Amino acid sequence: MRKFKEFIIEKLIFICGIASILFVALIFLFLLKEGLALFKIISPSAFLLGKSWYPISEPAQLGILPLILGSLIVTLGAAIISIPIGVGCAIYIAEVAPAKTKEVLKAGIELLAAIPSVVLGFVGMVTLVPLVKTLFKLPTGLTALSGSIMLAFMAMPTIVSIAEDALYSVPKNYKEGALALGATHWQTIWRVMLPAASSGILAAIMLGIGRVIGETMAVMMITGNAAVMPNSILQPIRTLTATIAAEMGEAVVGSEHYFALFAIGIVLFFISFIINVTADLFLHKKQ
Amino acid sequence: MFKKILFFLTIFAFALPAYAGSKDNSIQIKGSDTMVNLGQSWAEVYMEKNPTEFIAVTGGGSGTGLSSLISGTCDIAMSSRNIKDKEIAIAKQKGINPYEIKAALDGLAVVVNPKNPVSKLTIGQLAQIFTGKIKNWKDLGGIDSKIVILSREVNSGTHVYFKEHVLRNNDPNSKEEFAPGALMLSSSQAIADEVAGNISVIGYYGMGYISTKQKPIMVAKDEKSVYEAPTIENVINGKYPISRPLFLYTNGEPKGLVKKFVDFCLSKEGQDIVLKTDFVPVVK
Repeated sequence: MRKFKEFIIEKLIFICGIASILFVALIFLFLLKEGLALFKIISPSAFLLGKSWYPISEPAQLGILPLILGSLIVTLGAAIISIPIGVGCAIYIAEVAPAKTKEVLKAGIELLAAIPSVVLGFVGMVTLVPLVKTLFKLPTGLTALSGSIMLAFMAMPTIVSIAEDALYSVPKNYKEGALALGATHWQTIWRVMLPAASSGILAAIMLGIGRVIGETMAVMMITGNAAVMPNSILQPIRTLTATIAAEMGEAVVGSEHYFALFAIGIVLFFISFIINVTADLFLHKKQ
Repeated sequence: MFKKILFFLTIFAFALPAYAGSKDNSIQIKGSDTMVNLGQSWAEVYMEKNPTEFIAVTGGGSGTGLSSLISGTCDIAMSSRNIKDKEIAIAKQKGINPYEIKAALDGLAVVVNPKNPVSKLTIGQLAQIFTGKIKNWKDLGGIDSKIVILSREVNSGTHVYFKEHVLRNNDPNSKEEFAPGALMLSSSQAIADEVAGNISVIGYYGMGYISTKQKPIMVAKDEKSVYEAPTIENVINGKYPISRPLFLYTNGEPKGLVKKFVDFCLSKEGQDIVLKTDFVPVVK
C-alpha cells in the first residue's frame, strides 16, 4: 500500500512537471491549426508583406506589414528609453547605492512591476498623451512615442532586477582584484563588472523586450491603433497584439478574419520565442 | 481513489455547461455598444416588473453580439447594423436561424471640438474627410491644422454603418475605406473624450453620446439640400441623413421569455425608454 501511494504521488508530481510543456505544446498546436488555415485563402507573403489591413471588407485585405512595423517601432522606442535607464539603475543598486537607498529602490522597482498595465495605460492616456501632443505640436498625442514611454515603464522592472542579479553574481575577487590594482570605482564598474556580467545584462534586456512586445492593453489605449505604414515615432500606429485584442470579439468563428487573427498569433509567438531563446542563450553562456 | 476523482470530474464536465447555459428564467443579451445603455434600461424596468426573471446585458460591439448568437452563448443579440449574408450562412450551418426585430432608430452624429469653426458639412465632404482625401481643416474653412480622424474599431456596428452609408454613400460596389491613418478607438466614450480635448479631430457616434463638450456637425445630403442637426425630430421625420435602425436578433421567432421581453421593448413603455436614452422610437 505504501509503495502504491509513493507511486501515485510520484506520478502526480511528474504530471505537474510536464504540465507546462504540455500546455505550451497544445496552445502551439491550436494556434497552428487555426492560423495555418488562413494560408489556403491568401499566400504567406501577401499576409506578411501586404500593406493594408481591412479585415472586414469584401474582399478582405489582410496585410500585416503595418502591424509588424507598428509593434517593432513601439518596441524599439521602449528599448531605447528603458535599456540605459534600466541598466544604469541596476548598476546603481548593485554597486553604488548605500544599503538603505538600495532597499527603498528595490521596493520601488517591485512596486512598478506590480502596476497592472491597464492602469499604466489609463494614466498614460490622461497625462502623457496630452503632454506629447503639446510638446511636439502634433495633431494628436495618441502616438507610437506615447506607447514607447509607457512600455518602457513596464520593461524597466524586468531589466533592473535581472541585470542587478547578474552584477551581483560577479565573483567578489574580480572587483577586489581591480581595486587592488589601483582602478577607480567607475573604472572597476566599466572595465570589470560590466564585461563580466554582460551576458546576464543582455538576457535582462531581451526579457524586458519580450515583455514589451507582448504587451497589449496599454498600447491599445494610447497608440491610436491606426494601421498605417509608420514612418515616424510621432504618428499613430497599430500593434499586432492590439489588433488581436480589439478584433477577436467580432471575428466570426471560422471566417478568414478569425484565421488571420490566429495567424497574427503565430507571428507573435515566433517573435517572442526568438527573443526568449536569445535571452536563454545569453544566460547559459554565463554559466 | 481514482474512481472518486473520475466521478467528480464527470459531474463537473456535465454541470459546467449546464450552469453556463441559460437558465429557465434568465436571458443573455449581448452586442452593440451603442445600444448597451438602452438594453440596460430596458432590462432594469423589465426586471422591476418581473422580479423573478433575470436579464444580463453586455456590450462588445454588434459583431460580438451576432457571433455569440451564432455560437449560442446569448439569447438576444443587439446590433446597430443588418446581419451580413455571410453571418446568416454560418448561423444556418450551426442550426441557428437569426430573426430580425427593428427596435429603435438612431442618428449618427459627426462631432468636432466646440472650438472648431467648421459646423456644417455634406455627406460628400464627410466621405472625403474620412477616406483621407481632404487632409486639412483649412480646406473646409477651418483652421490650418491636419484633420485627425477618429473611428470605432471594426467590431462596431457604427463603424460598418458609417462606412457603408457615408464613405460609400450606399453604393454596394464602392471600394472606399477609412483612411489607413484613422485612429481606431475602442469605445464611443473614448471618441467623445478625445473630441472634447482636441481641436483637430473629427469623430462619429450614436447621438446619445453628444454632450456640451462636443459640437455635432450639421449634415446635408448634398450641396443643394438643407443642413440638418442630429436631433430626435430630424431623425423621426427623416430629414437628418445619417440615421439607422437598431435591431434585436433572436434565434428563430421569439418565444417564451424572450418573446415577453421583446414585446416589452416594442410596447409603449419600452419605446418611452428608447426616447429617454436619446434614441428614436420605431413604434408610436
